[in-house]
Amino acid sequence: MGQITLQGVRKSFGPVNIIKDANLDIVNGSFVVFVGPSGCGKTTLLRLIAGLEDVTGGQILIDGHNVVDVPPAKRGLSMVFQSYALYPHMSVRGNIAFGLKMAGLPRPEIDRKVEAAAATLNLTPYLDRKPRELSGGQRQRVAIGRAIVREPKAFLFDEPLSNLDAALRVQMRLEVTKLQKQLGTTAIYVTHDQVEAMTMADKIVVLNAGRIEQYGSPLELYERPANLFVAGFIGSPKMNLVSGETAGEPRTATLGVRPEHLKIGKDGEGWLGTVSVAEHLGSDTFLYVDAGKLGLLTVRYVGELSLKAGDRVWLVPDPARVHRFDKEGGAIRA
Amino acid sequence: MARKVTSRRVLVSTIAAWFFGFLIFLPILWMVLTSFKTELEAFSMPPKFLLFHWTTENYATVQERSDYFHHAFNSIIIAGGSTLLALIIAIPAAWSMAFAPTKRTKDLLLWMLSTKMMPPVGVLVPIYLIFRNFGLLDSRGGLVLILCLGNLPIVIWMLFTYFKEIPKDILEAARMDGATIERELVYILTPMAIPGIASTLLLNLILAWNEAFWTLNLSTSEAAPLTVFIASYSSPEGLFWAKLSAASTLAIAPIIILGWFSQRQLVRGLTFGAVK
Repeated sequence: MGQITLQGVRKSFGPVNIIKDANLDIVNGSFVVFVGPSGCGKTTLLRLIAGLEDVTGGQILIDGHNVVDVPPAKRGLSMVFQSYALYPHMSVRGNIAFGLKMAGLPRPEIDRKVEAAAATLNLTPYLDRKPRELSGGQRQRVAIGRAIVREPKAFLFDEPLSNLDAALRVQMRLEVTKLQKQLGTTAIYVTHDQVEAMTMADKIVVLNAGRIEQYGSPLELYERPANLFVAGFIGSPKMNLVSGETAGEPRTATLGVRPEHLKIGKDGEGWLGTVSVAEHLGSDTFLYVDAGKLGLLTVRYVGELSLKAGDRVWLVPDPARVHRFDKEGGAIRA
Repeated sequence: MARKVTSRRVLVSTIAAWFFGFLIFLPILWMVLTSFKTELEAFSMPPKFLLFHWTTENYATVQERSDYFHHAFNSIIIAGGSTLLALIIAIPAAWSMAFAPTKRTKDLLLWMLSTKMMPPVGVLVPIYLIFRNFGLLDSRGGLVLILCLGNLPIVIWMLFTYFKEIPKDILEAARMDGATIERELVYILTPMAIPGIASTLLLNLILAWNEAFWTLNLSTSEAAPLTVFIASYSSPEGLFWAKLSAASTLAIAPIIILGWFSQRQLVRGLTFGAVK
């Protein structure tokens, strides 16, 4: 079981409040991603759950038990670090076996579990190598092996893929997701990459300046962002945000339209602008349109569109897909 | 842009390097040469460099008059014991300062270093009295203790700088893997810091081996190490240069041999952390 609940969790380093009143309910077996810009407190929140930092206030419950006074070793969680943090003086086998050895398991059982974990992660041929003799992807696998072999209540991942190159990152992303589903173990995954968050998560926690801005499924966040921050952070390219007054809606402070929800209109229809850059990707066309007072708007058109820089276009936002925000940045729901 | 290295420049710096190297080595060379001279030739004027009557009688006399092996044994016990004791205390101390620092850690480190700035003679009388009252005078245990305490700040400082280089993540990973602090020290930190611990050990061994102030003042015969053995050849009745040189050569030989074989470890240790 791996039900993790945060109740009013706070953390401050001296006078600086890093985490302000975090409340969260993570269901057993789910894959939850903490995402946010750097310095938003996502890693701190993960470390609080791990027990590597002490909370300033609030409770962390794992399967109903408050663990704030329990040392990391006793929380039954395992963690994969950004730097892999492998033990350089031990072989791959030693690295994976270390946790089991600390738990005092008998030797034959350790061997059996290590072999099984290595087989799952295609590490069997490397068991007797030292970490320095492995590639980045292999090291990452060892770090994951070390985490899964202990059969923890939950996995904690701290930006585990950020040191890998782009191609390998995509591959490992799939592998991590597959592995988590196969094991059915709760996972909390920290990343600053919103694409990683969207593709891997069952649920996403968007953090900003130590506050949880929204907690929901990827599509929920995409389609119904709770506020301006989430609207701007989730989605690539970013949502177009224009002031309500300029767009002709004086009662709305900010109007948001996703690039794919801006259609090319007929002459005289919608907003007028000039194409400043057109990116033709074959599958999609991205237009960056200078719309005068409205600012620079991004348009995503599926398929090929024969427009080039300097062309005048009329843009029509899909009325059903327009997001409206009040002065405080909160979403206005119809 | 890389600097252009001309062959003339190489020649000049090579000659300069050899010159200064020789200058530093000269006293040791002179000592070794003198140990093979007769007492008369030892202070003949002008001094003789190589063309003298080579003799080993000084070594024989020295071994006859005072038991070299007794003193060498004491030196090994005192230098080795004080180094080991210092490491046992310093490893956990440096761990806590490197990985669990408090607001006062920096002050503590500076304070420890400042104790090395005080001339030892300043506390000779109180230490002497303490040693006398506890029956530690002329005992190996007492010397092990005082040399350990004397070098402890340097040992802690060196280990602290090595430990600082070890990524905190690795220790945290061990903690997540269920290791207690003691196991973290034994299974992770110490094996990872072995190069650093080894060079600290070597340097401390050399410092303790050559330490003369406390050993001369707190021991006479039973626990007397090689430093006392050398000093016994500068007597009020006059200096016996050749015998003194023979004694000194004998005294420094073991540590020079040790240093020679561990050169790489020592240089690495002394420059560790200087360049990333």
